[in-house]
Amino acid sequence: MRRCCRGKVDILFAYLTRRFSMMLLIIFGASYIAYNLQAISSDPLAGLAESTEENAEYLRTSLIRSLNLDVPPPIRYFIWFRGVLAGLWGQFDLGQTRTGISVIEAIELAIPVTIRLVIAATILAIVLGITIGMVTAIRQYSRFDYVMTFISFLLFSLPIFWVAVLLKEYMAIGFNDFLAKPEIPLGFLIPFSLVAGLIMAGIMAGNRRRFWMVFIGVSAGFGALLQYLSLTSWFISPGIGIIGVGVFAFAFAALVTHISTGLDNRPSLITALASATIVTASYFPLQGILTEEANFLTVLAVFALTIGLSAMVGFFVANVDRRVNIRTGIITALLATLPIILDRFMREFSNYMSSDAVSGRPVPTLGQGNELLTPEQQSNFWISGLDDIMHLILPTVALTLISFAGYVRFSRGSLLEVMNMDYIRTARAKGLNERTVIVRHGMRNAMLPLTTILVNDFAGLIGGAIITESVFAWKGMGSLFNQAINSYDQNLFMGVFIIGATLTVTANLAADLLFGVVDPRIRIRK
Amino acid sequence: MSAELENKENTLDKNENEIALRETEGLSQGQIIFRRFVRHKAAMTSLIVLVFIILFSYTGSGIHLGDSNNKITVQGWWPYQIDQIDPEGAVESMCANGIPGCPTLDLIPEFIDGTGMQVGAHPLGMDTVGTDYFALVLRGAEQSIMVMLIVGSLGVAIGTVVGAIAGFFGGIVDAVLMRLTDMFLVMPTLIIGAVIGFRFGNLGVVPLAVMLGLFAWMGLARFVRTEFLSLREREFVDAARVAGASNRRIIFKHILPNAVGVIIVSGTLLMSGAILTESALSFLGFGVRAPDVSLGLLISRYQDVFTVAPWLFWWPGVFIIAIALCVNFIGDGLRDAFDPRQKRRISLKERMQARELKSTAAAKAKA
Repeated sequence: MRRCCRGKVDILFAYLTRRFSMMLLIIFGASYIAYNLQAISSDPLAGLAESTEENAEYLRTSLIRSLNLDVPPPIRYFIWFRGVLAGLWGQFDLGQTRTGISVIEAIELAIPVTIRLVIAATILAIVLGITIGMVTAIRQYSRFDYVMTFISFLLFSLPIFWVAVLLKEYMAIGFNDFLAKPEIPLGFLIPFSLVAGLIMAGIMAGNRRRFWMVFIGVSAGFGALLQYLSLTSWFISPGIGIIGVGVFAFAFAALVTHISTGLDNRPSLITALASATIVTASYFPLQGILTEEANFLTVLAVFALTIGLSAMVGFFVANVDRRVNIRTGIITALLATLPIILDRFMREFSNYMSSDAVSGRPVPTLGQGNELLTPEQQSNFWISGLDDIMHLILPTVALTLISFAGYVRFSRGSLLEVMNMDYIRTARAKGLNERTVIVRHGMRNAMLPLTTILVNDFAGLIGGAIITESVFAWKGMGSLFNQAINSYDQNLFMGVFIIGATLTVTANLAADLLFGVVDPRIRIRK
Repeated sequence: MSAELENKENTLDKNENEIALRETEGLSQGQIIFRRFVRHKAAMTSLIVLVFIILFSYTGSGIHLGDSNNKITVQGWWPYQIDQIDPEGAVESMCANGIPGCPTLDLIPEFIDGTGMQVGAHPLGMDTVGTDYFALVLRGAEQSIMVMLIVGSLGVAIGTVVGAIAGFFGGIVDAVLMRLTDMFLVMPTLIIGAVIGFRFGNLGVVPLAVMLGLFAWMGLARFVRTEFLSLREREFVDAARVAGASNRRIIFKHILPNAVGVIIVSGTLLMSGAILTESALSFLGFGVRAPDVSLGLLISRYQDVFTVAPWLFWWPGVFIIAIALCVNFIGDGLRDAFDPRQKRRISLKERMQARELKSTAAAKAKA
């Protein structure tokens, strides 16, 4: 047990107090600058000055009164800031928009939309980016490394609005046209399979013979799979089926065991395989639960069920390393259950596509939801979920493409630096195998500096999708911001600004505290 | 067998160090960095391409400064202007399927499609009202480069000064300056840029770039501060102080040259970011306005006609990506060049050469 003493708590308390007062000061200063900049660059009465309406003068005076426009901006700021300070005792007030709506209400409506837009993309970008970055570091100077380095630089340099237009053209319009006649032409299939083969062969470094074998094997397999899907009209009525779920489950089991404990660890391997078997076997029974009346809780229950069973297997399979076995079982079950849920969504796809609201063109280019869906479709968890997924596809791909390059570069650099450390040499000298050296000693330490970036990126999300929201016509924080600037709405602008600023400083504090937790070398100083 | 192989590996390892040592023998730090940079193929190619794009767009489109009331204009070699309308030209450069204003540029040689390579009167086609698109894109590229240079130099100047003062003097000065930096950091560039651009966008690109530069120095200041914090504890700084050097002299003559790597590398990142920010602002309508053009504005204006006239969408994008990509690669090359821990990958051929050299030297010594 760690002893805790009064002194430590005092230091932490003093530290937090100091940080909080600093945060308040920073928010105050930043919002003061922003407020006055906005006041200089906009004229809220501009539209009314040219107005020829009879009541223009009345509108003018009422606007001046409601927004306190007769007070000069540097002083008017304090009227506004009083509302922010009141948040400290629970009476948060950000004033009203020009149209008389409370700014807080407008923001409360917008935040969930923005979170829905960016959350999937961020998680995808983090997972993909860190994975690819670490693989490129492990295979430094390989073909895969060079190609990924180039691609990440290219993605770094892409304007997101440009990518968005291309995605609309090819992924939405092109794919919808393709669904009208879902046959993959050979001229597309062959290059696609070759590229897939090339990527896999690049990752599996080795001698030349192995490279070509992997290349030919993967290309042929991938091409055959695509051809099979194309011939069976899979793209119109997709699904994974019990065989697909089984394949995924066992692949995940092997992968998770290999990364977390190594395939030589028998209890762990048995747990993972057992949990894959459990998930696959529960495919048909689960269909009884995942009916039309299912909702989000049902899905959670399914996960809880498979994870619980797998954890039990992990508990009973051996009485050494119980924690590790349970962990392997839980991760395997979590990953392996995802295909079952995905399969359920997919089997609703043909219903969704043929409905009147969609009329055969499922990937939309604009908007955050299909308003033409009937009430019963709206209440069906699978249909409405599918509608959300379809509307999220394009923005998610665009955001992921843009932001994952940063994670690739950062995690690659971080792991390379760690692998040059003395403790890695020590680990190798102890005779640990390469997997343990890389996963336990390398990756864990390489993840440390990433925590700071991750926390800050999550905070930047709320205000970070201005362009994406504008291109894909979502009504979140970005569109509020656009509206605020274009209609000279100072309170609305400051509302969006203050939310973003508060999140940023809070995330900074959280990152510092979290870093102290994950890295025991860091100590809070008095 | 395996012992022999191991032996060979050992000599190879030793040779690697020798190669690295021989390469830096008798060279100054600057020369070593320059050599490392020149050897970075991607960075060198990017540098050449970037210089070419800069020269091409500035000489082609000429130089345009000032706002609409008092213009300073120097004519370039490209005959068409961004405000000229030439409907006959558009009809002339019609595509086979009857769409006016197609690009006349044809890079596919004769033996493939039978028309032959040519540049033509309007290589990038014409926009919807018949203005030459090459002139528009050149002008846009010119604006982007201008923004990049202004934001980059302003950001580097302010960031270096703030970071250097904070890191060197420490204490209360450091605390105040860093809180100021934090204050600017919570204002996202895009948001501040939109506010500024909404008012100053119509004044042309220079005021916009200056204002953006005033809000782009924070990251660099933090890096420079960290660098100064560690450098000021070094022995050569103490030596300079004992020799009676003033603070200013120590900062500029002793510490700054050692921190220049950090500054240059984050400066290039700042520049590529500035291009994307400007084009994003113009795309949203908060940056450069008509009648002036920028690459982001062109994309935003013609994104809806993609199916009919895709060239109007592709070319500005290609220029943005080309410029940003070049700057990023140059930054990467500079980072590698300035990083003393950076080990170059030594190819098998070089190892073998080094081995041969060694064995011949040994043979000579024997003889």
